[in-house]
Formats: sequence, structure tokens, C-alpha cells
Amino acid sequence: MNDRRRETLTYLTGFMLALALTLAAFAAVHWPVASAGTTLAIILGLGLVQVVVQFRCFLHISLARSSRDDLLLVLFSTLIVTLMVSGTLVILFNLRERMM
Amino acid sequence: MSEPSLQHAGINMGGTENRPDANAESGIFGFWIFLMSDAVIFALLFAIYGTALAATAGGPTPAREFKLDSALAETLLLLTSSLTIGLTVLAMKYDETRRAVLAWMGLTFVLGIAFLALEGHDLATMFADGAYPTRSAFLSAFFALVPLHGIHVLAGCVWMLVMAAQIGAYGFDARVRINVLRLSLFWHFLDVIWIAILSVVYLQAHLP
Amino acid sequence: MQTAYSPIWPAVLGRFTWHDLPFVRAWENPNASEIIGAGAASLVIIGFVITVALLTRYRRWGTLVEWVTSLDHKKIGIMYVAIALVMLSRAVVEAVLMRMQQAAAIGDPGFLSSDHFSQLFSTHGSIMVFFMAMPFLTGVINYVMPLQIGARDMAFPWANSVALSLTGGGAILMMVSLVVGRFSTGGWSGYPPYTGLAFSPDVGPDYWIWAVTLGSIGSTLGGINIACTIFKLRAPGMTYMRMPMFCWTSLCTSILMIFAMPPLTVATALLALDRYLGFHFFTNDLGGNMMNYANLFWLFGHPEVYILILPAFGIYSEVVSTFSSKELYGYVSLVLATMAIAVLSFTVWVHHFFTMGQSANINTVFGIATMTIGVPTGVKIYDWIWTMFRGEVRFSVPMLYSLAFMVTFVIGGFTGIILAIPPLDYVFHNTLFLVAHFHNMLIPGLLYGLLAGYTYWFPKAFGVRLNERWGRIAFACWVIGFYLAFMPLYVLGASGMARRTSEIFEPDFRPWLYVAGAGALVILCALASLVVQLVVSIRERDANRVFAGDPWDGRSLEWSTSSPPPEYNFAVIPHVDGRDPFYDGKRDNGHYRRHAHYDAISVPRNSVTSLSIGVAGLGAAFGLVWHMWWLAIIAVLGIVAALILRSFVRDTHRTIPAAEVAETEHRWHDALNAATPIGRDVEFTPRNQGLAETAA
Repeated sequence: MNDRRRETLTYLTGFMLALALTLAAFAAVHWPVASAGTTLAIILGLGLVQVVVQFRCFLHISLARSSRDDLLLVLFSTLIVTLMVSGTLVILFNLRERMM
Repeated sequence: MSEPSLQHAGINMGGTENRPDANAESGIFGFWIFLMSDAVIFALLFAIYGTALAATAGGPTPAREFKLDSALAETLLLLTSSLTIGLTVLAMKYDETRRAVLAWMGLTFVLGIAFLALEGHDLATMFADGAYPTRSAFLSAFFALVPLHGIHVLAGCVWMLVMAAQIGAYGFDARVRINVLRLSLFWHFLDVIWIAILSVVYLQAHLP
Repeated sequence: MQTAYSPIWPAVLGRFTWHDLPFVRAWENPNASEIIGAGAASLVIIGFVITVALLTRYRRWGTLVEWVTSLDHKKIGIMYVAIALVMLSRAVVEAVLMRMQQAAAIGDPGFLSSDHFSQLFSTHGSIMVFFMAMPFLTGVINYVMPLQIGARDMAFPWANSVALSLTGGGAILMMVSLVVGRFSTGGWSGYPPYTGLAFSPDVGPDYWIWAVTLGSIGSTLGGINIACTIFKLRAPGMTYMRMPMFCWTSLCTSILMIFAMPPLTVATALLALDRYLGFHFFTNDLGGNMMNYANLFWLFGHPEVYILILPAFGIYSEVVSTFSSKELYGYVSLVLATMAIAVLSFTVWVHHFFTMGQSANINTVFGIATMTIGVPTGVKIYDWIWTMFRGEVRFSVPMLYSLAFMVTFVIGGFTGIILAIPPLDYVFHNTLFLVAHFHNMLIPGLLYGLLAGYTYWFPKAFGVRLNERWGRIAFACWVIGFYLAFMPLYVLGASGMARRTSEIFEPDFRPWLYVAGAGALVILCALASLVVQLVVSIRERDANRVFAGDPWDGRSLEWSTSSPPPEYNFAVIPHVDGRDPFYDGKRDNGHYRRHAHYDAISVPRNSVTSLSIGVAGLGAAFGLVWHMWWLAIIAVLGIVAALILRSFVRDTHRTIPAAEVAETEHRWHDALNAATPIGRDVEFTPRNQGLAETAA
């Protein structure tokens, strides 16, 4: 029963953290304290943290040996996604800027 | 080396897994790879959404069309369902009673359907307001991204019905167990995608 | 003119009209172009009828069903290669037609209409990439890789079969486009806005979209399967750094498939949304941006180049090492080079559209990244050369292909460096120079490699060596044909001749176009020689059997089984303790050991659901192309139903009893005992029964 308690706690911790991060992001938009650019950075930052939290608590991706393959897979995917998305945005915004 | 072990990659069935299955490890890992491939599809749709954000062609704008209150409600529904699908897996791992597993999965299903209903209502409101996909590139990008996530949620709900039928028919045999694990991965993954949708689509639309 | 033909029964047949049949068009307007179109359609129909007739005549329908429903990775691999060879024949004939047209159309319209010519270059490119190269390499990986890592099957046999049937569905759709309607004229890359609804309202781009989509979904599934198999199913002791080089390149290729196919799926899906539902992703109005498409397409397109080339690199590594009787030189550097190429391939896509208008700084970054890929590729070439150095090189057909590859590929690489420099690319962009360059990369870097692999592993798959003489003739034709057909294109491109031109107005181009045309005819002879080789080999099969399994004194585990291998591959899973386990093992007398006791083995049962997903996929695609909505809806529901049904199947495996395994193994061991070990000097003679002399 001990294992079950521990695992349930992991899920509950993840849930509470995710909830807090979501509400914080909403609050940052609803009661703005910073400029648009800064607020966007805050939102995206909070989102990123929440993704990490969910990967850790819900999807059980950790540094443990048993999930090493998965961790590598997720990190490699992150690399590719970053390359593709940032590349696309840089190129397309550059094109628009030069056409305007 | 990949000696068959009790450690399930990806989802913590841990050392306490009672019924090890040699196929489980590659079965789950293969599903992880599929999810990452799917993630690339979403990532590209996000990138396109980013490039189309300004291309409203004089039509409806993000700030006008996206409602924060319903976005918050949808987020809470999906986040809670992510917790309940986790509890489904724990129930399968420790209780092994059909009732416990089906109860948690049923709750997840209801939350998923509620999410879909709310999102469907949002989209219908947008249509009524003249914000339909053929209006501008921005709306095209939105209607490719968010409903695709919705279709995934719908597929997840259908999958739950199928799993419920299989639990009824076969109990918890090796294939049912591995498919419930895959389903839970899929559902958590959809919640992760939703975080990105919430941040990039809904919250970004209401920056100060 | 077309409006005169109102659609018949629009609810059932969608937008089909009689005018969509090439026979009707040829009847009404009997010029060379239409008659060639009708001829091609007849060939498809005649081929189909002959196949059906032969199957019925020899009562082989059961065999066919047994094959297409099989989940055995070896049968699936062979079927992939069969699809590839059929599609190769069609695409080569199309290439010859285009070369003939250009040679004939100097200051003259030639014999093909410009529309027909555009269809030819679109189908040629689409087929060669998606339905020749992809099935060929997937098939070879499917067949060889599990045997090399000591596995009994792929990680997901059923998904493997689904991937095959989807790819097959796409290939069939390409063939159907010859008979019903017409294909896209937008090239293999299908750039909008030209392929959008505004400029191409006909069925052509829809054929392209759905054929490519079927192929790309199949490839994504295939990639997941290959990667998972290599990660999880290696035999005990087979660490990553002991894997044969071909497995490494297969792994990197599969990772590229997993991450590079989604951009293509997104690109075609969004183009479909534009065409079917009036979205505005790539249109000229309401904010659409066709540059998004170019970006998406090449996010896929560049890694795709390495998906195509890496497996061939692996085959060359195996072939060069085996036929030099030496261990592969620089194994670690080859592994690192392969991984470097795989990662770098995601960082260079912009070099396909340097001229689109982004700033010089961005072009510079991607130009430098492109040139960087030359470094690991160069490392590989040196490693192969060092492998041959002081080896006992035997000039077998696969080895000849490898040598031709090394020389030719380096030339192509140099022209690639030229194109990687943005200012020069502005000059050469969209000329035949580019066409010459990528054929110079892909023919040696893909086709020669796969043909080498085909010749090398054919005895493994069928237990019969291919005819050596016709193999050499085919090789000579491929190489001579390549140089004749493509070297002139460099000159023409540098002189400013645009690619995809159906009529030429510069008389100075004439000699070069004639030489290129002659080269195309030599390539046609190469294709014919391959057919003759196959026929001759089947006729002489009894003289060239290598049932014992090791015709080339092989090094890796696939040679340690009988030829063809039993359904379960290995009666006892081998234990690996080195990089060349079989080569070392047979010299220490460790292999070929008869066991006293064999266990029963579980293998996947045949499945109808995987096949029906492919059939339904084809149906959905055809329905969508012709706006037969009822067909599309039924087919999509059919796919969902098949998926659900399959998840309910519990009886997925059958057991081969221990007695049957023992009998199979004993038969093989008896043959081994009866066979005479041969030296390498007689390996191309009928004395080669597949047992290598190991006492040095």
C-alpha cells in the first residue's frame, strides 16, 4: 500500500502544481503588471514549466535508469521541434519584414 | 541492453508491476515514438499559427474571438481528466477490480466529453460571429490547430469506450493492460498539447 | 470543351466524366501525345488482366492471399521490393520519354503536349521518391535488419503490414491515375499556389496529395517500427557498438522518417484543406502565404534526401567489407558520421529555396550548414577506401556498384558544394544543373546501393544466386547510361537551360540533348538487363542454389541461417560477442552447431485487418480525388472499424511445435554436412552451395 500512496501523491502533486501554474498564467493576463512582450514571455515560461511538471509527474520521465531511452527520445524530439519551429518563425518573419 | 525487465519505460509501473510482460517495454516505447511524431505535427501547426497570426485579412481578430472564461473551464476539465486517467492506471495496477478501473476511466470519459461539448460550443459561437476558416489565413490556421486537438480528444474518448468493452470481455490480460497504459500516455500527451494551445492561442490573444 | 461533357450520376461517380478516360481523349484527338497516354493506360490494364489470368491459370490466388496477409518481416520486405521494382520500371520509361521529347523538341513542339510533359516529370519524381526509393529501402531494411540483430521479427508485425498495405495503396493510386483522369502537373514538390484550386481545379493535384499522404503515413509507421525494433529487440550481447553498419544507418534513417514525415503530412493536409474546404493557407488572397508551403515541404524534403541515402551507405559498408574480406575500417567514425549526417540534415532545408527572398544572413547560415554535411560524408568515403586497402577485393556485382558509387558520388558532392553557395545558387537555381546534381547524388547514392543490396541479399531471400553475367551487363549500362544522360545536363544547366522545359529554342543545346537522350536509352537497357537477369536466374535456379546460406563468406548474423531463412529466423537466439559474430564464429567452429533439443517458437498469425486498412486507404483516397463522398466516408469508417476489430483479436500468434523446428533445423544441418566448403575464387560458379571455406 505504501507504493500506491507514493504514486498517488506524485499524481496529486503534479495536479496541484499544474493548477497553480495555469492560474498564474491566467492571472498574468487578467491582471497585467508588465508590457505585452514581457507578459508573453511569462506565459510561455509558465507553460514550459508546466510541460516539464506534467512530463515528470504524469508521464514519469525522469533521470532514472528505467526511463533513460524515453528521456533521450523526448530530448531529441525537443531539439528537432525547436529547430523546426524557430527556423520557420525566423524565416517567415524575415520574409515578411523584407516584403513590407 | 534490453533484457526483459520489470521496468516499464515511460510510465511508472515500477518494480511493483505484478504481471510483467516482455512485450510491454517495446510496445510502450513504440507508442512514445508515435507520440513524438504526432508532437512534430502539432509543433508545425503552432509555427504556422504563429506566422498567420497577423494575417486576419480585415476579418475577426484573436482578441475578439477567444474567450478567456471558457478557455479556463476547458483547461480545468482537461487537467482534471489527466489526473483521473492517472488514477485509472493506479487502480489497474493495485486494485485490479473492474469496478475501480471503469469508475475512474468513466469519470475521465465524462470530463473528456464535457471538454468537447464546451469546445464545440465555442467553435459554433465563432462561426455565428463570422469567424469561419475560409475567412482568413489566421482563422484557417486556428481551425487546423485547435479542432485537430479536439479530434484527438474525441479519438481518446472512443478509445476509452473500446477499452471498457475489452476490460468487460477479457479482464486485465496483457494486451488490455498495455493498451490502457498507452491510452493514459495519449491522454496526458493531449493535456501537454493543450497547455501549448492555451498559452499560444488563448492567452496570447489577450495580452495587455 | 470539357464542359460539353456533363458528369454522369454525380452522386455516385463524383466529378468523373467520360472525358477522364485517356482512351476517349485519344479517340477524339488522335495525336501522339494522347495515343501515348492511352497506350500507358492500356499497359496498366493489360498488366492487371495478365496478372489475374496467370493467378487463376496456375491456381495461385491462395499463395497471393497468404503473402499479402502475412506479418512475416521477410515476406513484407520482399513485397516492398517488388513494388519498388515495378514502379522503377514505370518511372524509368517516363524518364526516357522526357529525354526523347527534349531531344525532339528543339525549335519544334515535339511529340508530347506540354501538359503531358508536365505530368511526366511530376509522376517521374513522385514515383521515384515515394514509390520506388522509399519502398525499396524500407523493404531491404525490413528483410535484413531483424536478421542482422538476431531478432525473430519486427517489434510490431501488424503495424509493419499496415505500413506495407498503405504504401501499396499509394502505388496503386499512382497507377490508377494513368487510367482514370490525369496526374498533377505541379512537379514532385507540388508547390502552391499553382497546385491550389485557383490554378489547378482538376483532379491532378488531388491524386498527388493523396498518393503522397498514403505513402508518408506508411513511412512514418515503418520508421517507428524499425527504430523500436533496433532499440528493443537486439539479441543478447548485441550492444549498439556491435551492430552491423547497415543497422546503424537503418536506425538513423528510421529516426529521420519519424521526424521528417510529419512536415510532409502537414504540408499535404493543409494543401488538401485549401483545395477541399476553401482554407487560406497557401492561396494568393485573404492572408494565404505560399512560402509557408515551401518551408514545410523542405523541412521534410531535406531529411528525406538522407532517408534515401543512409541505407545505401549501410549497404556499401556491408558489401565493401565482405568483398574485401576485411573488417570494416573506422567503424566508430562511420557511426559518428552517420549520426552527424542525421542531425545536420535537419539544419539545412533552406538551401532548397535560397532564392525565395530571405536575407543574405539567413542564406549564409544555411549555406555553411550545408557544406558542413560534406565533412562526415567525406569521412565515410575514406573509411570505405581504407577498408579495401590491402584487402582481397573481389569484383562482384555489388562491389562494382560500390566502386562506381564512390567515384560518381564524390563528383555529385562537389557540384553540391557549388549549389550550397547562395550567390551561385541564384545563377543555377531551377536549371538543369540542379537536375544533374540531384540525380548525381541519388542514382549512385540510392539506386546503385539498393541494386547492390538486391544482388547481395537475393541469395539470402530466395536461396538462389543471381546471374552474374547479366548483373555485370546491367551494372555497365547503369553506369554508362548515367554518365551519358546526366553529365550533359551540367553543361546545359550552366548554359542556362531551365528544368522542366518541354520545348527548346536554343539550337546550340542540340548535341548535349542528343547525348543525354542516348544515355536515357542506355539506362532503359540497364532496366531491361535487370529483367533478363531475373528471368535467367529463375531458369537456372537449380544450378545456383545456396541453401546452406553463406554464399559470400558473410560477416553478420543474417548469413548464419539457411537461405531462405526459416519463418522463425533463428531456432536459438544467438549470443553476440563481437562486431563480426558470424565471420569470427564460423572460424572458431562455434556456429553450425546442431542442438539436441529445440523449443517451440511463437510467430505472428496472418492478418486480414492490416490488408483491409490499405485497401480502405486506397478507397478513401480515390473517393476524395473524384469527390465520391460516399466512398470516402465508407472507407474511413472501414479503417476505424478495422483498427477496433484488430484490438479485440486475442489469437494473434501461432506456435510452431518443437518437433517441426527440429525437423527444419536438421534438414538444414544435413545440407550443411553434404555441402562442400568453397574458396572465394569459385564463388560465382555452381560449386558455391553456400558454405564458405574457413581454414585460412
